[in-house]
Amino acid sequence: MTTAPANYTRALDLVTRVRGVRGAMLVSADDGIIVAEQLMEGIKGPAVAALAASLATRLRRAMEAAGVGASLFWHLQAEQGALLVVPTAGGTLVVAVAEPDVNVGLVRLELLRAGEVVG
Amino acid sequence: MAEEIKTLSSQLAQDPDSLVFLRLGELLRMKGQLDAAQRVAVTGLDRHPHLPDAHDLFARILADKHDYERAFDEWDMALRIAPDHVGALKGLAFLYFKVGDLAQAAAHLEAAQRVAPADASIAQALAMARGGESPPSPTAPEGEGEPVALPASDAPTERAPPPPPPPPGAAQPLEEARVFAGLEGAQEGLLLLDAAGRVLGGALKDPGGKDVTDAVAAYLAGVSQEAGRTAKLLALGPWTGVAAEGNGGHVHLTAPTGDALLLVVRDRAVPMGRLAIIAQRAAVAARRWLEKHA
Repeated sequence: MTTAPANYTRALDLVTRVRGVRGAMLVSADDGIIVAEQLMEGIKGPAVAALAASLATRLRRAMEAAGVGASLFWHLQAEQGALLVVPTAGGTLVVAVAEPDVNVGLVRLELLRAGEVVG
Repeated sequence: MAEEIKTLSSQLAQDPDSLVFLRLGELLRMKGQLDAAQRVAVTGLDRHPHLPDAHDLFARILADKHDYERAFDEWDMALRIAPDHVGALKGLAFLYFKVGDLAQAAAHLEAAQRVAPADASIAQALAMARGGESPPSPTAPEGEGEPVALPASDAPTERAPPPPPPPPGAAQPLEEARVFAGLEGAQEGLLLLDAAGRVLGGALKDPGGKDVTDAVAAYLAGVSQEAGRTAKLLALGPWTGVAAEGNGGHVHLTAPTGDALLLVVRDRAVPMGRLAIIAQRAAVAARRWLEKHA
């Protein structure tokens, strides 16, 4: 477990307490490095962080090209789970790894709240 | 070289976390054993996903295999991790040249030159790029004489890529010939692409009414690839969609078939759930259209 400032821990707690969330991370959007994490065993945090940051960048470029502006929340849906992400204004991605039946609306809300805590 | 490969293979077998995979992969690549080199590089990347040299190695192998799209992604990833990575800068310069973007090619070579001003091969490549000639292949072995140019058959002799083939149905002005005929927003908010990023149907306009179809299409293949890699890494099974809220609108990306991509864009007034339903309907139409035009 990464040692992190208290507000980071608080931000991650907001997300991981939602039923169906398998873990949460704060990731630097620029370089895909984990800033803080609370992940269940078996999740390859650094690799997931790098890919999440890369996907965030590509998605941002596509969205900017489409004229819909910067992404506020995005959600990768898969048959057996999901990755949910809120980019913050400060260049951090708040990331949740979740079960397929998770309450997406609730996770989104907590990710946004966590994003406010992180800044 | 064969002896060194044997020694490095043995070292790697004894210590799978060792960084000797970099040298081993490069030697295999230089010997032309590209599949073996790729296996070494991919295994190394699994263990060292943040190592820029590992992404650079994989990109070189992919470039040798003429898989330029994935090579671009790997060099792009190397640069994200290490913005001054000379190998990645040279690699991207080469790929930009291949698609006729001389400005980007020169910009990447200039960046490489700032990092490694004593590297004569960069100055040479820069001069060639500025003169409109193909820079040397970045997959040429480092420090072993002059860089090796690509075979003549492969060298990018033209300045711009060949124009994409006309989209299926382009010669048929009938309403039924269009992918999304009859669907809401068919003219400006739905886009269907093939695996190579070519537009098969639909169109996108930004809020100002400007046609942004090609610009968006260029980015979507990368999104799809990273979505697939992320889902695989997390053992989430096949990805089924990417939904995103923007401050000026919402988007939903899905793959109606294994090798096609569908993007739906709507303004913020359309809730995400409604967007998913629109995407579902458009995917059905796209699948039907693709089957008909297979």
